[in-house]
Amino acid sequence: MAEIEGGGGGGKHKGGKKRGKKLSTRVDFTPMVDLGFLLITFFMLTTSMNKPQTMEINMPDKDVKTEEEKTKVKASQAVTLLLAKDDKVVYYFMQQNGEPGTPMITDYSPGGIRATLIKENKDRNPNIDSIAIYKQQLNMGQIDEPTYKMHASQIKSFKDGLIVVIKATDKSKYKNMIDILDEMLICNIGRYAVVDISDIELEMLKTVNLE
Amino acid sequence: MPKVKVPRKSTTVDMTAMTDVAFLLLTFFMLATKFKPDEPVIVDTPSSISEIKLPESNVILITIDKNDRVFFGVDGQPTRETVLRSMAEKYKVSFTEKQIKEFSLMSTFGVPIAQLPQLLDMKAEERLKVTQSGIPCDSLNNELSDWIWQTRLANNVVRIAVKGDRETNYPVVKKVIATLQERKVNRFNFITSMERPE
Repeated sequence: MAEIEGGGGGGKHKGGKKRGKKLSTRVDFTPMVDLGFLLITFFMLTTSMNKPQTMEINMPDKDVKTEEEKTKVKASQAVTLLLAKDDKVVYYFMQQNGEPGTPMITDYSPGGIRATLIKENKDRNPNIDSIAIYKQQLNMGQIDEPTYKMHASQIKSFKDGLIVVIKATDKSKYKNMIDILDEMLICNIGRYAVVDISDIELEMLKTVNLE
Repeated sequence: MPKVKVPRKSTTVDMTAMTDVAFLLLTFFMLATKFKPDEPVIVDTPSSISEIKLPESNVILITIDKNDRVFFGVDGQPTRETVLRSMAEKYKVSFTEKQIKEFSLMSTFGVPIAQLPQLLDMKAEERLKVTQSGIPCDSLNNELSDWIWQTRLANNVVRIAVKGDRETNYPVVKKVIATLQERKVNRFNFITSMERPE
């Protein structure tokens, strides 16, 4: 480092030779540091923003299955959600006699479909509230991530739990589908499927003026 | 009595070391940053609470914009080159070496393969200005299906991510999902953004 500064420059030597005032060779680096850190901040922020988030989905196999291979579910277990136009959701349950029940109209707000799903899931899966407790324990560091995941998936895959069948109409938007998949995550619903809509359901939507 | 002279000390702090550190970090971040590639469309993704991150490499990105156009992109220059060569053979469209090179540098595109040579001849700035018509993915003419298939042949660890606009109509999404399922891709990702506080 080129540093020759001592006290206050030259000319203070008593009885010494007369010298020209020594100029300091020191350069002020402060602005350079400022600039450096400014750029670091910029690059740090841009890198962290760059990673997109994703949502994973497993679709059922498209190959036609024989009757035996199809998973049988109890009619009372399944709820069908029809994603209609204008951000509306129509849902219905299967009745005991195998006929579809009355369609009900709701929306994507927390008090809408979410409340219904949480309630129905709780009715069928008594342990569902434990997931929240495990989550809390995870946040407090009492259990580790794999333990939490194990417990959560165990509860979610409870065999009498709610099964959601999602059917989107051609009038719905992509956002609606992501929203409803998001609700599946929020409501801790382990078993759901995205299926093509059938004619019976299209007829049903006509009766509630949402086809 | 003369005063005792205290030697005056310089108040300036040596900044050199700090500069060194600052620039070292700067260099690191500059090298580590992957700039967002030029995208032909701007897509406003829907939000979700999911926190799964997309892997950085080996990703096929299928973008669907709000006008229902489908775009295709894959990372890795060698992969893109291989894919284009095999697609050219399949669809009997010839590409010059220069066009292939150009294609390997392009992140996302959305034109039928017949129009691809024309698009590749343009300069990068011009390309952003033209409206790309989207890749056909109908059941009659499903080029998207072949792009996916050839990419999976060229790079067998590739994952598939679908990035759609909030306002995309569902039928297009359905077509893309059906295409993926036909190619036995039953597990894929939807790109979403962070949930906005309500």
